[in-house]
Amino acid sequence: MAALWGAVIFSGFYHGVNPGMGWPLAVSAALFEQKAAALGKALAALALGHFIAMTAILLPFSMMLTLAEFQREIRIGAGLLVIGLGIYLLLNRRHPRFLARVKPTQLGLWSFLAAMAHGAGLMLVPIYLGICAVDELDAGHAAAGELMTANIGTAFVVALTHTAAMTLAGGVLAVGMYAWLGMKFLSKSWFNLDVVWALSLILVGALGIWHAG
Amino acid sequence: MNLRPDPTFHPTAQLAMQAPVENYAFTVMLSPDGSQSDGIAVVDVNPKSDTYGQIVHKVIVPHKGDEFHHFGWNACSSALSPLTGHAFLERRYLIVPGIRSSRIYIIDVKDPLKAKIHKTIEPEEVFAKTGYSRPHTIHCGPEGIYVSTLGGGGPDGTDGPPGIFIMDCETFEIIGQYEMDRGEQDKHYDFWWNLPQDYMVSSEWGLPPQFEGGIVAEDLLSNKYGHKIHFWDLRKRKNIQTIDLGENHQMALEIRPAHDPKKSYGFCGVVVDTTNLQGAIFTWWRDDDGTWQAKKTITIDPRPEKAENLPPLLQGFEAVPPLVTDIDLSLDDRFLYVACWGMGEMHQYDVNDPMNPKLVGKVEVGGIARGADHPNGKPFAYGPQMVEISRDGKRVYWTNSLYSTWDDQFYPNDSGGQMVMANVGPDGGLELDKDFYVDFPEGYRSHQIRLEGGDCSTDSFCYPNV
Repeated sequence: MAALWGAVIFSGFYHGVNPGMGWPLAVSAALFEQKAAALGKALAALALGHFIAMTAILLPFSMMLTLAEFQREIRIGAGLLVIGLGIYLLLNRRHPRFLARVKPTQLGLWSFLAAMAHGAGLMLVPIYLGICAVDELDAGHAAAGELMTANIGTAFVVALTHTAAMTLAGGVLAVGMYAWLGMKFLSKSWFNLDVVWALSLILVGALGIWHAG
Repeated sequence: MNLRPDPTFHPTAQLAMQAPVENYAFTVMLSPDGSQSDGIAVVDVNPKSDTYGQIVHKVIVPHKGDEFHHFGWNACSSALSPLTGHAFLERRYLIVPGIRSSRIYIIDVKDPLKAKIHKTIEPEEVFAKTGYSRPHTIHCGPEGIYVSTLGGGGPDGTDGPPGIFIMDCETFEIIGQYEMDRGEQDKHYDFWWNLPQDYMVSSEWGLPPQFEGGIVAEDLLSNKYGHKIHFWDLRKRKNIQTIDLGENHQMALEIRPAHDPKKSYGFCGVVVDTTNLQGAIFTWWRDDDGTWQAKKTITIDPRPEKAENLPPLLQGFEAVPPLVTDIDLSLDDRFLYVACWGMGEMHQYDVNDPMNPKLVGKVEVGGIARGADHPNGKPFAYGPQMVEISRDGKRVYWTNSLYSTWDDQFYPNDSGGQMVMANVGPDGGLELDKDFYVDFPEGYRSHQIRLEGGDCSTDSFCYPNV
């Protein structure tokens, strides 16, 4: 169980340090407005967008979990879906063009779309389903209604914990760059994580299937 | 795709100024009568090299009559915008359009000494996918490579207005027209933008029948060339405001926004004021309520000259107009260089206060009815034209041809292509370098220059200076 929550937090850090999830935009906002408060505001908008993207993906799965007899199938199906997206991102290395159409002032929307396009929410699904499965064992034979409420609650807590970890990691980098490191660090610290990201999806999906079986 | 951002991408203009200096320049070689194929000359600009100031490689294309003019990179510092997610592109390809043929060459310059054609886009593809013709300015932006065009459809390019189209920045496939609402824009020339502030500015030269066969004096005197600049909501692809500079301000050409994206102003050069033959620079800016404004901040007077010394086109005026045909702004937004192609002068203005430019440097070379030699004693045909500034702002390069047919009207007795360089003093001041003088091969003229690793009219920066 601790490992699963650890994974939620770790995935948050992982998304947070990825420039593709938006922390350079927070630095840019602070530089534009010449005050650190703008950095916080931008981070909050990015976090909100990311949080909505996470819950938008997790909630449908929490609904599905009420079909208690198909638990295993759902977990395997979710694992396959995540692996499928990983393989797709591995083969198709193009960036979605529609992201470039979002206005620079709409950071929340941008963050939501970026998370959706890269499957950031899907990456959490196998971990989330694992947590729900353990919860259920602990709860014994609770009524379906109670289980669903508990699963929805868990979805929110997972999304919130993950987003908090992401915001913390991105925030540390953004503040560090704004206050001490300077903009030179931006191009120096930016690594191409596309392949690693796609492999992470495949790994998480595979682990999800393995645990379901 | 790289694992790290290309080392020539810089978050801020300041960092670009501190980066290693250029070793090579890429310069257009153009055969004005189409008797030879056009090409790109690779010029050694490293003063420590044995071949300094020489053309060390040429990429000559297979077709004739393309008429190379402007060109640009497949990727620049704009790739560091986290909004677009293209940080791992390479600055490797030059996108070189033929403004007469509408053919586009993609030239791989990864190894400048072995530069070669990577891909050719045939004119039919440009026509079919965009409805535009005569591609011109290149910038790398939010959704790929943006290309401005000078003509619409049809054989003479007047079937529909010209505009901008977008190309994929990796495959170089043409995606299609940029504009969703062009407003009153019906001519085109240059464009540039401020990516974080999400605006674009575009300008107007004239339609193809007004330039391809030479300047049309009646059109000029009746103020029928372009005289408006257009402001766009970049990502909405919508013209939000058009400013008419006044119909006497004929040919609003180069658009040079401040490089620091925190600033909301820039400059536009006007070739000639038909009421007095002056050349002019307008400063444009966004005021507090979001409205765009433009004001004439530099005027350059014509020089009186006896009719017998002038080409037929100018004899009636008994004066040499400055003909402001190119401008360029240093990366620190401090010096604006203004090419006075008619008079044979390169002006340097301190534009720290963009509303009050001060002339701080000047070089005289070439010029109508003057033909001043280079300080090394060699001739300089035509006048200073396409100008490019090194990233550190210390060297200013320029060439001498404006446009094939126009060269012959304004300088009927000149021929040849030259590229020269001037050194910039710490607080301004401009002096031609005696040791840098590139004479182009017989029959070729020269036009736009691009510097290895980016220059002052290429890169768009996404982060403010600190």
